[in-house]
Amino acid sequence: MNNKKLLTLFLATLKISAFTFGGGFVIIPLLRRKFVEELKWIDEEEMLDLTAIAQSSPGAVAVNASILVGYRVAGLTGAVVSVLGTVIPPLFIISVISLFYQAFRDNKYVNIVMAGMLCGVAAVILDVVISMIGVLFKAKSAGGKVITVDRVISAVMLTGAFVAGRYLKINIIFIILFCGFFGLAQHFYKKAKEKKKL
Amino acid sequence: MKLLIDLFLSFFQIGLLSFGGGYAAMPLIKEQVVELHGWLSMSGFADIITIAEMTPGPVAINCATFVGIQVAGIPGAVIATLGCIAPSCLIVTALAWVYYKYKGLDTVKAVLASIRPAIIAMIASAGLSLLELSVRPEGSFLCEGLPVNIVAVIVFALAFLAGKKFKASPISVIAGSGVLTLLIYLVFV
Repeated sequence: MNNKKLLTLFLATLKISAFTFGGGFVIIPLLRRKFVEELKWIDEEEMLDLTAIAQSSPGAVAVNASILVGYRVAGLTGAVVSVLGTVIPPLFIISVISLFYQAFRDNKYVNIVMAGMLCGVAAVILDVVISMIGVLFKAKSAGGKVITVDRVISAVMLTGAFVAGRYLKINIIFIILFCGFFGLAQHFYKKAKEKKKL
Repeated sequence: MKLLIDLFLSFFQIGLLSFGGGYAAMPLIKEQVVELHGWLSMSGFADIITIAEMTPGPVAINCATFVGIQVAGIPGAVIATLGCIAPSCLIVTALAWVYYKYKGLDTVKAVLASIRPAIIAMIASAGLSLLELSVRPEGSFLCEGLPVNIVAVIVFALAFLAGKKFKASPISVIAGSGVLTLLIYLVFV
């Protein structure tokens, strides 16, 4: 049974890595679809936490995310298996391409297929983002009320982080740190308020 | 042997010092590979960046493989890739252990909960950047004089619909988009 799980993990990361065009974050929606929605090995919020850790650690985000997913599913063995699965496709593909890379780079048909795949990647990511936002707000439902303090805070943080990262070009690490400190402050504020009530 | 050790150490440093994904790693890679060791010329470096962007997989891993194979064949590719991922393996595994040990604590829960919206925002931003990149009219076909790449817009819309409405798997959406674009080219151009 455990071997079967490791094999599934290996094949899943292998397949996903072979299709992560366009930078580190692309792997997150693919991992999420497989491990959260399909296999249900990891829950939604956990996946976001793992993403935060992957992004805040040095190295390639895709490799970091795979290590975390593997570790979650099957401990250290799982981490090793999923790193192998993630590294083998680029290792193989680049080794082959490096033999005739000039022809590859200048080939019209290769370029057209790659450009088309980039559209598909953008569509997959934006689709996942929409479901993630849905889950984020659903988790904060409070007895039928549509607008709650928690939801407003989430919406403000989502928009704020988006503007800060995309338009003000603030480093992602600082945005994550700031949000973390905000959460900490909010937590102690809530606790102090509860104490007063008692 | 010394060459393999040098490759390992260079890419170990790249893996250790690159925070925030592929584009952050590029200046580090350039410093190690072009300036310090002279393994690639500047135009070779530009080539590998182009290829790294065109092929799947993290830019740093792609560069490690490419440089390794040029300098020392297949063993070089494997050693450079190992060097590149070694820091991640150590640091991220340690963090994973810490996360699963302490994520039940109220304080840690509160911190993690308020980081989540920011992570969604980052993923959204990455998706929009890719969309912008893919609908640029430069260097595409069937859209002379148009402000956007109309083919890309159509492919994007269909891909989005396939995922959202028909729950097509991400890999089939990505591969299908590539095939569809090629078909449009072959039929209309």
